[in-house]
Amino acid sequence: MKASQLVLSLLLAATLAACSSTSPTNTAGNGANGANGANGLNGANGENDPSAAGYVRNGVGVNGVNGANGANGATGADGSGAYSNSALKDPRNILSKRSVYFDFDSATVKGEYKPLVEAHSTFLKKNPQRKAQIQGNTDVLGSREYNLALGQRRAESVKNMMRVLGVPEGQLEAVSYGKEKPKATGTSDADNAQNRRADVAYDGE
Amino acid sequence: MLHRLSHAVFSSLVLMLACLPARADMTIEIVGGGANRHVLALPAFAAEASVNGGITPIIRSDLSRSGAFKVLEPGAVAQAPSTPGEIDYPAWQGAGAMSLAVGRVSVAGGQLSVEFNLMDAAQRKRLTGGTLTVPVSDSRAAAHQIADMIYQAITGERGVFSTQIAYVLKAGRNYQLQVADADGAGAQTLLRSAEPIISPSWSPDGSRLAYVSFESKKPVVYVHSLANGARQAVAAFKGSNSAPAWSADGSRLAVVLTRDGNSQIYAVPVGGGEAVRLSQSQGIDTEPDYAPDGSRILFTSDRAGSPQVYSMPASGGSASRVTFEGNYNVSPNFAPDGKSFTFIRREGGRYRVMVHDFATGQANAVTDTAHDESPSFAPNGKMILYASEQGGRGVLYTVTRDGLTKTRLATLGGDVQEPAWGPYPR
Repeated sequence: MKASQLVLSLLLAATLAACSSTSPTNTAGNGANGANGANGLNGANGENDPSAAGYVRNGVGVNGVNGANGANGATGADGSGAYSNSALKDPRNILSKRSVYFDFDSATVKGEYKPLVEAHSTFLKKNPQRKAQIQGNTDVLGSREYNLALGQRRAESVKNMMRVLGVPEGQLEAVSYGKEKPKATGTSDADNAQNRRADVAYDGE
Repeated sequence: MLHRLSHAVFSSLVLMLACLPARADMTIEIVGGGANRHVLALPAFAAEASVNGGITPIIRSDLSRSGAFKVLEPGAVAQAPSTPGEIDYPAWQGAGAMSLAVGRVSVAGGQLSVEFNLMDAAQRKRLTGGTLTVPVSDSRAAAHQIADMIYQAITGERGVFSTQIAYVLKAGRNYQLQVADADGAGAQTLLRSAEPIISPSWSPDGSRLAYVSFESKKPVVYVHSLANGARQAVAAFKGSNSAPAWSADGSRLAVVLTRDGNSQIYAVPVGGGEAVRLSQSQGIDTEPDYAPDGSRILFTSDRAGSPQVYSMPASGGSASRVTFEGNYNVSPNFAPDGKSFTFIRREGGRYRVMVHDFATGQANAVTDTAHDESPSFAPNGKMILYASEQGGRGVLYTVTRDGLTKTRLATLGGDVQEPAWGPYPR
């Protein structure tokens, strides 16, 4: 074996090691994306020779190709991870945050929750086979049926925002639990604030 | 959008049990009492100790709860007459009795026979009486029937002591839809669920209950037959389905659906089918209640900014506002004569039972507590059943229409909520 070929092999091996440490996390749900990872390796072929003009360390170049994996999200789940099915449960991901809280007597989604609603909307658009149920809640005082309707109003408010952001109707259902499933069972201001809430729940949860 | 496995799991958590006696019955505690009550003497019936639970204690509690009677203490006079001929009238009149009910019991071959007479104390005349023969296991029913007869003879009104109530018992994480006698005894569980059950509503003939169950992870309206436990989902549209109310002829249910984006009132056939929209507003319209003559529907609407009671024709159409005082008037329920309705008003943070009279347009408070819900009239219009709170638990009360006699139907081991008074038995 020529020395240059040995170096090439070594650098390729190092590149493979580097690439594998920066390739997207593939979970069981993203099985198809495993194949997409291999696409990244293809990118290494052009730039392993450090003596070539315009050499860029392969790890970086390959990452660019990994970006293309995102486009493969159409086959199933998003390869980049940020909107994958596992992101729904990842505490570091905004998608694991499911609750929009409301002011007293209000069903208006406050500005601080818009990123959350936007993130779930993006997830649903990238994952057209998933469905979300928006569940509205109220504090524990007053008529059960009127509170069921108030909770519904909160759920509809979140759903409408998601529709405006482009989520198809078929992926959304707004329902209400009224005051029947409170997070906090007391009637203090803090309890009431906890209960004035709409939650995003996905199929299978 | 339900995951099939989750649905199967929740379905398996919902068991239908008919005619099983529940362990927790409700006992009675009476608070308050009005003036102008008829004073009745009710000595123990001869041999009633041979019957489990007796006869006169049930009659005593029924008549006291009605608010129309003051029943003398058992030892008021040192005499135990069981037939009219044995009555020492001067002694009983001296104790204040206006009438006396005397009787005797005999048990033979699994049958219970109760013979009683109601005697006017001043005129020493028989007002009513008779002999009832029932299976021993129906002894409570016989006692309630006698209470009804005494009530009718004295007040001229039909008694409600042989009626039933429906309610939801919540214990820990479980919910049970139950039906019991109007005094809380004889509870039977119709439905057990790990998810909430709300808004039970009696069919006009008392044969079925409609209710809302969350067993499929969203509110769905069911109709449930008391005789055989058969039930059917009659409103399971996309979104929430709730607040069932029976039309007077029992053929339709008014329900609240959210399929057009906001909570509105629709009518569906009792067997399920196409929903016809009745209410028209951009706000929340809910809690429909048909008038006894079937002509109108009372409901709660916040179309004017805060929840108030409105009325519309039973076929839908333009609604007129009925309540104008305060900013929170909800949960209307017609009196059986259609001339008034009971509802809940929130005022100063307290939720109280009210009665609105159509003729005068006036509303009066019937309770002075703070967390009252879900009021419904007895079929004779004389009492209202409602849910309240005591010591952190949900409890049920009956109150006379004038607010003077309040009776707690005490229960053990759970929260009781969402009561509904059933019709006269057929």
